[in-house]
Amino acid sequence: MSLVNDLAMMFGRAPQKPRHKTDAAVVLHGRKRGRGVEIQKLIEEIAAAQSVHTWRNRRWAVIVGINLLFTLSFWFDVQLVEGSLTASRFLGFHLADVYSGILVSLAQHHIPINLLIGMVTVMLIWGLLGGRAYCSWVCPYHLVAEWAEILHLKLAKRGIVSDHPMHRGVRTVLWIVFALLALATGHTLFLTLNPIGILSRAVVYGPSLALLWVLLLLAFEVVYSRRSWCRYVCPIGLTYGLVGALAPFRVEYKLEACAHEGECRKVCEVPHVLDLTIKGRAEDVRVDIGPDCTRCGLCVDVCPTKSLDYKFKGLSSLL
Amino acid sequence: MTSENPESGESRAASAPGKKAPQKKKPRRRLSRQQQRRRMLLRSALTGFALVLLQPIAEWPLVRRAHARLRPPGAKDQDHFLGACIKCGQCVQVCPVQAITFADITEGLGSGVPYIDARAQACDFSCDALSCILACPTGALSHEIHSKEEVHSGIARLARPDACRARLGKGFRGTTRGPGFRGRLRHEEVDRWNALPVAEHPYDREICDLCVIECPIGESAIRLEALEDSDVPGAMTPVVADACVGCGVCEMVCPEEPTCIVVDPFGEEAMG
Repeated sequence: MSLVNDLAMMFGRAPQKPRHKTDAAVVLHGRKRGRGVEIQKLIEEIAAAQSVHTWRNRRWAVIVGINLLFTLSFWFDVQLVEGSLTASRFLGFHLADVYSGILVSLAQHHIPINLLIGMVTVMLIWGLLGGRAYCSWVCPYHLVAEWAEILHLKLAKRGIVSDHPMHRGVRTVLWIVFALLALATGHTLFLTLNPIGILSRAVVYGPSLALLWVLLLLAFEVVYSRRSWCRYVCPIGLTYGLVGALAPFRVEYKLEACAHEGECRKVCEVPHVLDLTIKGRAEDVRVDIGPDCTRCGLCVDVCPTKSLDYKFKGLSSLL
Repeated sequence: MTSENPESGESRAASAPGKKAPQKKKPRRRLSRQQQRRRMLLRSALTGFALVLLQPIAEWPLVRRAHARLRPPGAKDQDHFLGACIKCGQCVQVCPVQAITFADITEGLGSGVPYIDARAQACDFSCDALSCILACPTGALSHEIHSKEEVHSGIARLARPDACRARLGKGFRGTTRGPGFRGRLRHEEVDRWNALPVAEHPYDREICDLCVIECPIGESAIRLEALEDSDVPGAMTPVVADACVGCGVCEMVCPEEPTCIVVDPFGEEAMG
């Protein structure tokens, strides 16, 4: 039931208040009444403290590293990873971006066997490592969009720009429309405008005019709508969200110490997945964050009470 | 894409410390939750609509230009090729002479799709194995092709017969395309495995026949014939035959500027 709700939320439904809570959660929620002063103190502490960027820095290093691996493989001809993020070969094994593969298959009315092998391999990887972890740990557009977001937030603080949120259901609709367009026209129209492909090719093979489109998207995000491509458009991200719906690697929320001050939701790319951190919302004392979570770790870094942390299901009990 | 006045809660709060005189400033109307939601839905719909519309708008005027490109070996018709290509660039990576490059976004549908600029660097089949076809994960370059003779990229055409040295009865000495030319071509008798820079391979031909002697397919694709109805003694002409696969080597090595012989890609007329 919870998975269905999580998926519906990823497709665009607004977060709901839980109908049932476990007894333990009810007890914990009850204990938190009348802690306003404490929380006010916490907020002041947060304002004074230096921000921690442990996971963010690790993640940025991984994004740069993976994308550089493609570049170096090409320029020094070591053939470690050939290709770009839409499709590649790692030590000879096929890898293919799942949504790009779906579009090509729809356009051709046929699934080429090598493409299928590549898509299945990628689904297995991200089925374990947490679907949208692809977004925050691999996608080069995610990295530049994060920089655009920092700029957007600075400008917003000074009142120069403001965020215009949109309905997340747009992403689901576009996922279907782009797929139908491929099926109807026999061409993968979306791949022409796909900023991930454009950036990945630019990183590997050198710059192209197509980068202007990426700049336009970033400008739109800075000036008009925060993180809009990743939040409301990217069908590739949605696909990985589905792929990783049951992934063991995720962020876990612990209700006990949480002060519900909301720092995590301020930094999150997909704040609806953190709606359960609002006071009184968590249905259990420990809750896994839903499939739309990109496992970026910004919330893990920012949480003053360590109530959010990574976990790998099954592994923690083994260790 | 969409343009609206900022109206969300943050902007109102942020613009409070006014630099202008307060009486000049229009008091901003406070929107109800319902109004805010309606605007949010409207801009969502507009953005989504714009992104969908943008695709055909960006594509259609450019489709025909995308179709005029010489594609890597194994591309069937251009329509199938453009639809099947996942734009990963693995063919670009494996080509030993780096004949394959990417089309940019100015080519609409063809953006991110590989092509060969034969004049700059033709496909000389020096990989022997058709590496680009083997590398292609989607079958955009058809795996049904196993040898260079089966390739069907285009066909050569003598575009400027009046400038052709053979037809003028002239020979050719020295390196073709000048010392700065960066193209490469394999000469099996010199190096079986590596293509040599064209600029390091001088010729001495009594009658210019570079397009014929360098053809990777050979006599069945292009040969030199005597030009009968010519006033020039000893005038010859290259004649292209059906076996031509359109690799573009003749176009690359032609010493005239611009080239006398060009490759017409197949499928150019398919949608035009």
